[in-house]
Amino acid sequence: MSEARMSEASMTEASTPGASLAEVCVVACAEAWRGDGAILASPMGLIPTLGARLAQLTFAPDLLVTDGEAMLIAPPDPQGSDPQGSGAQGSGADDGIEGWLPYRDVLRLVATGRRHMMMGAAQLDRYGNQNISCIGDWARPKAQLIGVRGAPGNTVNHPVSYWIPRHSPRVFVPRVDMVSGIGYDRAAALGGNGAAFHELRVVVTNLAVLDFGTPENVMRLRSVHPGVAVNEVVAATGFSLAVPEKVPVTRGPTPAELDLIRVRLDPAGRRERELPGQERPQRAAT
Amino acid sequence: MTDKVMSPADVVGELRSGMTIGIGGWGSRRKPMALVRAILRSGLSDLTIVSYGGPDVGLLMAAGRVRRVVSGFVSLDTIALEPHFRTGRQNAAIELTEVDEGMLHWGLLAAAHRLPFLPIRAGLGSDVPRVNPQLRTVRSPYPDGEELVAMPALRLDAALVHLNRADQRGNGQYLGPDPYFDDLFCLAAERAYVSCERIAPTASLLESGPPQSLLINRAMVHGVVETPGGAHFTSCVPDYGRDEAFQAQYARSAGDPDAWQRFRAEYLDGDEASYQLAVQRFHDTQPAVPA
Repeated sequence: MSEARMSEASMTEASTPGASLAEVCVVACAEAWRGDGAILASPMGLIPTLGARLAQLTFAPDLLVTDGEAMLIAPPDPQGSDPQGSGAQGSGADDGIEGWLPYRDVLRLVATGRRHMMMGAAQLDRYGNQNISCIGDWARPKAQLIGVRGAPGNTVNHPVSYWIPRHSPRVFVPRVDMVSGIGYDRAAALGGNGAAFHELRVVVTNLAVLDFGTPENVMRLRSVHPGVAVNEVVAATGFSLAVPEKVPVTRGPTPAELDLIRVRLDPAGRRERELPGQERPQRAAT
Repeated sequence: MTDKVMSPADVVGELRSGMTIGIGGWGSRRKPMALVRAILRSGLSDLTIVSYGGPDVGLLMAAGRVRRVVSGFVSLDTIALEPHFRTGRQNAAIELTEVDEGMLHWGLLAAAHRLPFLPIRAGLGSDVPRVNPQLRTVRSPYPDGEELVAMPALRLDAALVHLNRADQRGNGQYLGPDPYFDDLFCLAAERAYVSCERIAPTASLLESGPPQSLLINRAMVHGVVETPGGAHFTSCVPDYGRDEAFQAQYARSAGDPDAWQRFRAEYLDGDEASYQLAVQRFHDTQPAVPA
């Protein structure tokens, strides 16, 4: 680890040495939902899903989380043997079902605003405009992707965050080819409820956590993951990133969080295959 | 009581080139694939397909049946991108009306309610209006004055959906976790056709599920088709899950013209019975997967 990397670093004391990059990312995703209360957490992809479940099992017990289909997974029973919601084994409430949420009701919940989704993005610009539709000219794309899905509606109705497993200038671009989820510049131009209901909370990547906490709501570096240099993030971003004077290090998992991730939520270790070729030697920060 | 039972070929016989056809299910889940396969074998062309898109859209595109797709996505779920949709778009082989998922819902709801449009916030500020220049906004006539997207009704000439059970009269029952928007597709359509895993006596439907599992009633339906395995290779829970091995084979084949010719000859050129037999052969030759 270089001097430059260490000089920016300041670890929170609760972090566990030896946590993998994937585990740091799970916790960073979980943090996106901190303070959200009884709303639907909609994670897309494994790392955000583990993050949402972790948040529900720890500091955000009121969150609603689905099984990826139409069932809502119950948080630990507050009256049960696990009143702190620590998710310790033997709480007797593991993966119980507390409700039903088919797609029609997800769409209704979107319109009520009681949801915070973490989506992916093929492209993202400095205002948070997101593209998941296609690369190149829409009329005849170079690469057709999945389509805008619910991104236009999500971003004018409820908070949205993004998970980017490969932070690179191919994703963080000056201008996206097809605005699917709208960014702060377009929300401001809309005004009214579209702007009032618009909120991009955080962007979690394999290198860093970013947010829009600047006067113009342009993307800002909030923290770098352990072992990542600020200039590495800047170089991997295809637009000018707002970088505060002091950039903290993303907090790692606490021992209890690490135990939940490893033992309860992902015992097969699928999370480690989400960031292929990006294994980065993890070391205890001091 | 009218008996609405028909064959997949009968359904196709009621469809015409140029029609707008809505297809139920979602992604690679509970798609009326046997009816889609029957359309592949037909001479229909220039269809507009309205769908929360999965392999239904991809297969129809690959067979040259489609002029326009109306959708917010086309995906195989566990395989994110539908290969034929991808290729077709990249070759500009079809026209696309790309809308937000909620806008599609609202378009079907407007059609079902015989309204010209319904206002929705989704789409504002995004590039959806840019790629749909015919799309208009509407301003609230009330003091708030909010400007919203006026999502036009998506009127369907026909709807095709697949359910777990139905009776001969056209009452349809889903037994899985999600009704998707199948009832809405039926209500938005001039004529709706329900395929099902099994046609059962009306009185026996409530032995399989609670009253709210009776998603579709006979006022919404013009034809009922019994097609066991008719959603394959998409999921039809609890009768069967998605056939992931076969879907993977489909996706691999679709990525290569020669492989696709072989896939078509093996699975799609014959009738539904020969399809189901070929799928059985496919699984007989697969190495056993440890549970």
